[in-house]
Amino acid sequence: MADFKVPTMGEMLALGESPEVLFWVGCAGSFDDRAKRITKAIAKILNYAGVKFAVLGSEESCTGDPAKRAGNEFLFQMQAAQNIAVLNGYGIKKIVTGCPHCFNVMKNEYPELGGEYDVQHHSQFIATLIAEGKLTLKDDHPFKGRRITFHDPCYLGRGNGEYVAPRSVIEALDAELVEMKRCKQRGLCCGAGGAQMFKEAERGNKEVNFERTDDAIETKAKTIATGCPFCNTMMTDGVKNSEKEGTVDVQDIAEMIATATDIID
Amino acid sequence: MVDKMIFGALLLVAGFLFTKRILFIKRNILLGKDEDRSDRKSERWMTMALVALGQSKMVARPVAGILHILVYLGFIIINIEMLEIVIDGLTGSHRAFAGLGSLYTVLIASFEVLALLVLVACAIFLVRRHVIAIARFKSPEMGGWPSLDATIILVAEILLMSAFLTMNAADAIAMAENLDHYEGIVVSESAFPISSIIAGLLDGVSDSNIVLIERFCWWFHIAGVLSFLVYVPYSKHFHIFLAFPNTYYSNLEEKGRLDNMASVKKEVDLMMDPNVDPYTATAEGESEEPPRFGVKDANDLSWKQLMEAYSCTECGRCTSECPANTTGKLLSPRKIMMDSRDRIEEIGKNIDANGGEFKPDGKSLVGSYITEEELWACTSCQACVEACPINISPMGIILDMRRSLIMEESKSPEPITSMFNNIENNGAPWAFPAATRGDWINNV
Repeated sequence: MADFKVPTMGEMLALGESPEVLFWVGCAGSFDDRAKRITKAIAKILNYAGVKFAVLGSEESCTGDPAKRAGNEFLFQMQAAQNIAVLNGYGIKKIVTGCPHCFNVMKNEYPELGGEYDVQHHSQFIATLIAEGKLTLKDDHPFKGRRITFHDPCYLGRGNGEYVAPRSVIEALDAELVEMKRCKQRGLCCGAGGAQMFKEAERGNKEVNFERTDDAIETKAKTIATGCPFCNTMMTDGVKNSEKEGTVDVQDIAEMIATATDIID
Repeated sequence: MVDKMIFGALLLVAGFLFTKRILFIKRNILLGKDEDRSDRKSERWMTMALVALGQSKMVARPVAGILHILVYLGFIIINIEMLEIVIDGLTGSHRAFAGLGSLYTVLIASFEVLALLVLVACAIFLVRRHVIAIARFKSPEMGGWPSLDATIILVAEILLMSAFLTMNAADAIAMAENLDHYEGIVVSESAFPISSIIAGLLDGVSDSNIVLIERFCWWFHIAGVLSFLVYVPYSKHFHIFLAFPNTYYSNLEEKGRLDNMASVKKEVDLMMDPNVDPYTATAEGESEEPPRFGVKDANDLSWKQLMEAYSCTECGRCTSECPANTTGKLLSPRKIMMDSRDRIEEIGKNIDANGGEFKPDGKSLVGSYITEEELWACTSCQACVEACPINISPMGIILDMRRSLIMEESKSPEPITSMFNNIENNGAPWAFPAATRGDWINNV
């Protein structure tokens, strides 16, 4: 796969073009080294499928989600106003996000503040690309027949009722999809939401991510599939804590698809 | 005649006490802040039909769910019998509906079957609570009154059903033997499929004692039901009424959506508008006290949140699904609901005791009832909202309380303060420079 340059909105505008879809990367996807690999996988998938897309680059800013859920509505609405001004300025209509928290906020909370877009989570967008036949998977990719369990991100699943798209992506890999005892509507949180990602947990007898990773390990899955950079971090830490990193890996479904289409190194 | 007067007096007293209590609760709920839930009416009726009447969320846990449906059906259907009891009590008739013939036989027979099922279900519920001691019934917040309340209700149901069946047993004998008050009233034997078993035990009991048993059970049953009516609005059992309006006024938005505070939007709009002169931004007459951001005390909650607090039946499904609670943290979504209710009760009583004006008591919901440690343990995962059989949102209250901690009192754990600062300064929750946000592009 030849290298390509991910265009920014500014660059597109300079060329007098506009993208079909804006890829909203999110903070984790922009700054966290592990999450950046997911971001690159999504970008490569969009490029491979011939989707005309762009990113905001340094014009993107936090959606305000962790501030809002931590109680700082002022900061949230300031962030929202700033982002909406940028998005509306570029005339953005359709957004695909790499994070279910960004997805939820932009889909459900931005419209009332003046930001109305067609927002999709990357699992939904990728599921559509697969259904449309725009992604050709290799015959001998490593996920064929592999035992995989999917950890529902709260803000994709319970928050927005999307349980099907990520699973359909895993099924397209011809993998063996196994469910954890707590899944879908009753899926257990990874422990990162509600701004927990940025602080220590309160006193207790177990870390939430260890509890959740135990659910996943119980399924004897070889891969824990995620759809959220924060879940990915939490589950990866959980696997390390259980000393299973030799036998169980944690991957975003975008990374799995990118590997299976042979567009990732 | 005396009978009828006593009966009428019982009805009046029960009706009065019940109404008084309902008006107190209604007033307390209306102490809450405005919230518009007047839209999407047909969807609301559907939600109520499905979730409250149809108990669709109860069966997520099949054992408790099915037993609950039995008790619920029994409760509703057996109450048809109450109509007859009231007519008999007020007019001195006996089994006023006996003239319905075979329909009556079917009705009474099905009441009996349901009564037995309710009795068995309640017995199993007691075993689940006290013998198997299911974890969610043993959380710290369930000590004392909440546990006693649940036990009282289950025992009361068992006693009422037993009285109902024993009454039928004695009555069947009395009617068959044409004892004076029961003379000429004919009810088919097949109306008594369950009580006929008890009737066997009454063999050889004298006529006068049969009448005594029947009358005792009749009075016990009606007095029991009326006491129950008065008791219910003081109890977690009040959900039998409030589940209906509470589901009607459900939050119909996606669970992930958290409201955008209108009071904040107003201020942000002013800040973003270059044409606003900050010194004249407050219009004439608008200088009243600014609203409190978020929830500190129970009367900062919305009326819907207060209705939820009164609707909660303390089943603990929320708590047993809460990732914080199940990993040993202090937070329990059920306790949030119970505390909200207990505090608004306290505020209500305070208002009544002080001539309609709340007299500051130095307490507040956050602080006196709920600690910051509880609030900061929430992951906002919505598991509690999903688990609630009647669509209560403990999470909504938790996050509203965080709003007051942050926006009124600037109280946050240090790492949260840093996160806010980072977002403000760098546009990300971490301390990376905003200008480097797109740097990953160069490494694709």
